[in-house]
Amino acid sequence: MGAEFVPLTLPPLVIATLAALACAAPGNFLLLRRQALLGDAISHVVLPGLVAAFLLTGSTAPPVMLAGALAAAALSALMIEAIRRSTNADPGAAMGATFTTMFAGGVLLLELSGASGTHLDVDHALYGSLEALIWLDATGWSSLLDPAALAGLPPELPQLALITAAVLATIALLWRPLTIATFDEGFAATQGIPVRLLSAALTGLTALAAVAAFSAVGSILTIAMLVCPPATARLLTDSLPRQVGLSLLCAAAAAILGTLAAGYLPLALGLPFAVSAAGAIAATSGLFLALAATFGPRRHPLQGAA
Amino acid sequence: MLDTVLNALILNAGYNAALVGIGAALLGLAAGCIGAFVTLRRRALTSDAMAHATLPGIALAFLVMAAAGGDGRNLAGLMLGAGLSAALGLIWLDRLSRTRLPEDAAIGATLSTFYGAGILLLTVIQNLALGRPAGLDSVLLGSTAGMLRGDAIILALGAAVTLCLLFILRRPLIMTAFDPGHARLMGVNTALMDRALLLLTLACVLLGLHVVGLILIVALLILPALAARLWSDRMETVALLAGAIGALAGYLGAALSVALPDLPTGPAIVMITFTLFAASALVAPGKGLLAQAAARARLRRALPTGPN
Repeated sequence: MGAEFVPLTLPPLVIATLAALACAAPGNFLLLRRQALLGDAISHVVLPGLVAAFLLTGSTAPPVMLAGALAAAALSALMIEAIRRSTNADPGAAMGATFTTMFAGGVLLLELSGASGTHLDVDHALYGSLEALIWLDATGWSSLLDPAALAGLPPELPQLALITAAVLATIALLWRPLTIATFDEGFAATQGIPVRLLSAALTGLTALAAVAAFSAVGSILTIAMLVCPPATARLLTDSLPRQVGLSLLCAAAAAILGTLAAGYLPLALGLPFAVSAAGAIAATSGLFLALAATFGPRRHPLQGAA
Repeated sequence: MLDTVLNALILNAGYNAALVGIGAALLGLAAGCIGAFVTLRRRALTSDAMAHATLPGIALAFLVMAAAGGDGRNLAGLMLGAGLSAALGLIWLDRLSRTRLPEDAAIGATLSTFYGAGILLLTVIQNLALGRPAGLDSVLLGSTAGMLRGDAIILALGAAVTLCLLFILRRPLIMTAFDPGHARLMGVNTALMDRALLLLTLACVLLGLHVVGLILIVALLILPALAARLWSDRMETVALLAGAIGALAGYLGAALSVALPDLPTGPAIVMITFTLFAASALVAPGKGLLAQAAARARLRRALPTGPN
């Protein structure tokens, strides 16, 4: 790792880790509530939201993008409910129909409006573009203390740091009511916990994490980080605090190992290029899950559960 | 512009456009019919995971064929790779479902891991500049630009074979979907039927790779079935109607994307399918929104002046 590590590898590494943490934390609660695919749905519907917000305002400023994505997430929640009501379809089918339609709409909007080519484009949505987030002002490790160089950091980094901190802090604040409502909603309601509000808050947090991660690292990494690290941790422990801790560890490890492997493994094999970091991180997190599903001490189904 | 669209719609935009339109219609027919069973058996999202799991196999097949000196885009070869890797994905999904994880988490994990590995391999292909990877992007969102006569024939044959199999297996499949316990009692091997349905779905996904793309194919399985369900309560009718809706959407979408080259084929077909679904939800007799509103209005009028 030479002098190019700080400008070229460090920013994607930090951004990927932040995105992984922001997604994995709410992912734990989604997993226990059997809503793991909510993140999948949200990260698909984010695309039309971002495109529509850009077309309406002409701006790609973070608050605008966030508003567009949240509006799209809310719209898709309504659509899922409407499809379920009108056809009696199972939730899976209603969800699948909704998020593929929204995603298709996003792609069409993007291609037909000519918005494609700005920083929104379909490839970016599909692959993510972690590698593009480089820090040209850095010359070496000393740049980390140099305010002039720090000002040239990719803007995604501070944004994502802020959102990750907000997501983690909210979960820490809501820990007790969220845990109770996740394990036993009926009991939580009798204790005066606003369960519907909490459920909406969890969806909102997931959307926030997914939107922030989506614009930095693409949809595939978002889905992988919402599902895989919590699932891995679930196979390792029965205690929720430990599960959340392990999932964060897992997410960070996958992000770091994946980015490094994508950047340096092909070079070590004598190939003159790097591969997709987002793909490598998703694959690494899947590898962790495979290990946990094979050797995890708590991998077996619960006794008596169907 | 209207002229080009009209010409494409009446199969008048040239040999290739006609080929593409017919191929997409056949795909829609097969996907609609099979999707009716998939939706009834509540396997919609399993098919999504399966579709995403084809990507690493496609990329590996491309690498192998390009390394062997071909152009790497041979449809049969790509479909073989896709099929193997989707099968691997299903085995992995099955293994994960045997742990304590809920099924939806297992689906999400399989989908994202396989898709991530596929994206990684795609970047390897782009960087190696092997063969002609330009055509490989089309497996994500579909494209009709590169469809050859041989591809259309594979599509037609594949659709015919899957539909025949579906026709033969329709009774045990319906019994398995409605009441697995009763089906087993009647001597149906439900585990085998579930596997057969997965294989038929896989066939649809493979046939749809180049037309709709692997990200959106699940919409072509679910949406026609949901729309058809609004028009009828009989399984056979629902399956046939779903096939017809799928065929119409496939045909219109392909024709439009031939006429307007900027229009990506997969998303166009999906939006048309959704429009047909939305129209059904509005006007279908009995379950449509309008019919229900009319029924409520009738009831309200009948109440004060009813008997007694």
